[in-house]
Amino acid sequence: MGLEGIGARVVRKEDKRFLTGKGRYTDDMTVPGMKYAFFVRSAHAHARIVSIDTSAAKDMPGIIDILGGKELQADGIGNLICGWMIHSKDGSPMKMGAWRPLAHETVRYVGDAIAIVVADSLAEARDAAEAVVVEYDVLPAVTQASRALEAGQPQIHPEASNNLIFDWQLGDADSTDAAVARAAHVTEMKIVNNRLSPNPMEPRATLGIYDEAEDHYTCYTTSQNPHVARLVMSAFYNVAPENKLRVIAPDVGGGFGSKIYIYPEEIVCLWASKKTGVPVKWTSDRTEAFLTDAHGRDHETTVKMAFDADHRIIGLKVDTIANIGAYMSLFSSATPTYLYATLLSGQYDIPAIHANVRAVYTNTAPVDAYRGAGRPEATYVMERTMETAARELGIAPAELRRKNFIRSFPHQTPVIMNYDAGDFEASLNAALAASDYAGFPARKAEAATRGMKRGIGMSCYIEACGIAPSAAVGSLGAGVGLWESAEVRVNAVGTIEVLTGSHSHGQGHETTFAQLIADRFGVSMDSVNIVHGDTDKVQMGMGTYGSRSGAVGMSAIVKALDKVEAKAKKIAAHLMEADESDIVIENGELKVAGTDKTLPWFQVALAAYTAHNLPSGMEPGLKETAFYDPSNFTFPAGCYICEVEVDPETGKTQIVQFVAADDFGNIINPMIVEGQVHGGIAQGIGQALLEAVHYDPANGQLITASYMDYAMPRADDLPSFQVSHQTTPCPSNPLGIKGCGEAGAIGSPPALINAITDAIGNNELNMPATPQKVWLAANAAH
Amino acid sequence: MYATNYHRASSVQDALALKSSTDETKYLSGGMTLIATMKQRLAAPSDLVDLRHVADMKGITVSGRSVHLGAGTTHYDVSASAALKSVCPAICHLASHIGDPHVRHMGTIGGSVANNDPAADYPAALLALDAVIVTDRRQISAAEFFTGLFETALEEDEIVTAVTFEAPEKAGYSKFANPASRYAMTGVFVAKGAGGVRVAVTGAGADGVFRHAGLEQALSANWSPEAVAGVTVDSSNLMADIHASAEYRANLVKVMAKRAVAAA
Ligand SMILES: Cc1cc2nc3c(=O)[nH]c(=O)nc-3n(C[C@H](O)[C@H](O)[C@H](O)COP(=O)(O)OP(=O)(O)OC[C@H]3O[C@@H](n4cnc5c(N)ncnc54)[C@H](O)[C@@H]3O)c2cc1C
Repeated sequence: MGLEGIGARVVRKEDKRFLTGKGRYTDDMTVPGMKYAFFVRSAHAHARIVSIDTSAAKDMPGIIDILGGKELQADGIGNLICGWMIHSKDGSPMKMGAWRPLAHETVRYVGDAIAIVVADSLAEARDAAEAVVVEYDVLPAVTQASRALEAGQPQIHPEASNNLIFDWQLGDADSTDAAVARAAHVTEMKIVNNRLSPNPMEPRATLGIYDEAEDHYTCYTTSQNPHVARLVMSAFYNVAPENKLRVIAPDVGGGFGSKIYIYPEEIVCLWASKKTGVPVKWTSDRTEAFLTDAHGRDHETTVKMAFDADHRIIGLKVDTIANIGAYMSLFSSATPTYLYATLLSGQYDIPAIHANVRAVYTNTAPVDAYRGAGRPEATYVMERTMETAARELGIAPAELRRKNFIRSFPHQTPVIMNYDAGDFEASLNAALAASDYAGFPARKAEAATRGMKRGIGMSCYIEACGIAPSAAVGSLGAGVGLWESAEVRVNAVGTIEVLTGSHSHGQGHETTFAQLIADRFGVSMDSVNIVHGDTDKVQMGMGTYGSRSGAVGMSAIVKALDKVEAKAKKIAAHLMEADESDIVIENGELKVAGTDKTLPWFQVALAAYTAHNLPSGMEPGLKETAFYDPSNFTFPAGCYICEVEVDPETGKTQIVQFVAADDFGNIINPMIVEGQVHGGIAQGIGQALLEAVHYDPANGQLITASYMDYAMPRADDLPSFQVSHQTTPCPSNPLGIKGCGEAGAIGSPPALINAITDAIGNNELNMPATPQKVWLAANAAH
Repeated sequence: MYATNYHRASSVQDALALKSSTDETKYLSGGMTLIATMKQRLAAPSDLVDLRHVADMKGITVSGRSVHLGAGTTHYDVSASAALKSVCPAICHLASHIGDPHVRHMGTIGGSVANNDPAADYPAALLALDAVIVTDRRQISAAEFFTGLFETALEEDEIVTAVTFEAPEKAGYSKFANPASRYAMTGVFVAKGAGGVRVAVTGAGADGVFRHAGLEQALSANWSPEAVAGVTVDSSNLMADIHASAEYRANLVKVMAKRAVAAA
């Protein structure tokens, strides 16, 4: 691996600029003549707009213009869409209501955008926004999905009667019902997966620039996938054709999924720039982020896990109600369906599975993929049920899992997925050993002497990453393909630029992708630049989410590197008068194997560009492009074990130990992978212990609109994590990579809740396990 | 934030004069509450009179067991004062758990008591210590000073200049922090002194900080953590929000009282 190659713990190249405050984020961008936008937003969760009066506001100082939805519609700007078609079990397509970038007829959640104010300064824009008079006819609101399905509840979109968007199923109902009926034991649980706010450190922002002379738009935006943004904005929202729209996502400070989607603000700022003739910048404040960033999770589930007398799972029946919010965000339909129910086999050999999912509109912010996207929800259902079943059956949680593990690969589950590789027992054993599981009873007894209730819980997760084969997702309803592109440009002096369609917003592409090149050609990482995030530089790409940058993005680079290497070898063979098949690349040199003939890398590059002496018929230059479409999802898996102490007097939980044993396939940079695991676990612990979005059920107002009420995990909430890796290389991509970006957030919540329920002796506990909830559950247990 | 005019007061008299010469004026101390509220446009003073440079309002003096805390003393200075620690370590401990280091180096005791947030820590200490709040024109006992949620006995232009109290024989503070804000979800300050036992509760009362008679009686009879066990805490006058019900807060009052006595 060398000091910089695959497997080396190389310090992140990008951190110098991030840690010294030299990052360049969207809000750092300024262009001549730029003005500031503030959005007028709905104060009500559900209302008809009677009138919008901007006359007084328009006369205020510094105001350039105030624009609303009617003008936007008149200019032909389209509604926002969901890009993944789901069909209900009766065959009917999902019932999608209109999401106008600026509402002028009806508002459907607190924060719904109504008008844009453009002014010389942000303060003036804000002042004028407060002076815009919106007259509402307030309607009743509903925030909880199961409630929204009931008769007599407010109707949010005319298209979706009873607010039901789709009633979808996966798997075989008959065989699953039969298994439940004949089971020796059925563990049944009601499980809630709490709604979360994504909270990236950098809030969303956008700068729309219209150049009248060129009839061309530039959009700086906080995006995880600028090319998809450009595609959707031109193909569906009619902002501009692709060749007249450049989208740049510069440094982006975290996304966690929430920056995949196209929101109203970037569309409106581009349009407003043309209308007003000035560049328009908008930056979300933290309250706007709580109100309008796509939320995550929010499932209500009933699960039945059926066992035979030998403790083998013979059937799994799951019924889930998923809250979609007021509008269908870009991938909102895929998250609770194909990213969720397809993982309900977990690590287990289950002959019959049936999942039913109803997606429901409510008067809340749109819900979409958030770190893990569907797989945390599936894992939480599986692993809480598994642990509860072990307690009910009176057998050790590890043994119940071991008994049901899938042990031969490939393994076809009843819910689409074909697991290609894994060794679940290896991770389980590693976690059991690292946590000294056997020593737990003694630790519990010691804690009891201090009046503390100690508990231990585990979670064996599997997830699907790298999404995915384009043909497969296409057949399931995706509106896009999920390949990735790469371009490797070797300069005349041998330095290398790699253009990738994936996007880094904290993942460390500039380091790991450069390590790949260093490893391949033996050149220094310093001579490699990674270029991403600009549609004028990178031709096309699908962006970063679903832990796909390594498995898909780097695989595309490998394909391009293969082509570069082949051409470089041809040139070297020609120059050294050797056979092409004898050329090897080592330490930055091309050598003729078994001889002392060698050419430094830069000379081969130079030869390609001087083109004075190339093999006959060869084109000059050394630059190759590749598109890579994976043949399967990848399947990271692992085992997490958490140990807690609960203070029975207050219900406060302290995490005393957290062990993670993950199989991510091959690893490029273990330090970065560990960082991803640490961050993921912190987020999972946040969900399990602290975080929850609360709406007032009476009127749909967001109660958790600031950090005074929305509890984020802090350093002192977290233990020091013990992380290890077991490796079964992924057979489906050239690097054997599975992906590591989401596992921590997927595997950790059930491990933590299982530990708390073990400590208090009550399996009924919903996330977040706040002190009050744990205290109540502990008292109810006696 | 709306535009505002800034004035720096050099003395208490100067501050009063500046305040009377402009309308919609507010005093500014650490700004840890006021500036945040202004940034959210929930407060819109036309003028700010900064009290942080009034020398008379700063500093900690301990003579015998008499304690004088200038209103402009930061939470950090209270937490770190050796003189104060030697007579009343409980208040140093309390100050060391307010907010984070930034807040502790900016926020002041005067600003905190004038603001009287129902979840703030100092009100519990001042009420249990039977402290006196000194202003530019009078002295007000803590019992009379804290009148309700964000309400005090201060007149519109009155300035808190100091807080004084007699250090008790024993005192302890135990705080259960709100998981999100880390203000007190329930905090109990217990003090045993010449005037008997006083127990004050913050973060829990529907009308703000309050004394608990049942706990005071039990602890007067038997100053020990165990004495709390038999006390009933009525939840009917307690706050309820998304973080904690009134019943849960009633439980926390007892548990925090017990731990405060143990720490005293
Ligand atoms: C992140 C964060 C966490 C916090 N956590 C806690 C916590 O755990 N516990 C806690 O108790 N507090 C907490 N606080 C509040 C903190 O203690 C504040 O400092 C305090 O409430 C106000 O003090 P200040 O000096 O900053 O006053 P300012 O914000 O300057 O003023 C507050 C109010 O008091 C008025 N005022 C200020 N000084 C005087 C005076 N001398 N006379 C008359 N009126 C005056 C002002 O006009 C204003 O209305 C927290 C604050 C933050 C930002």
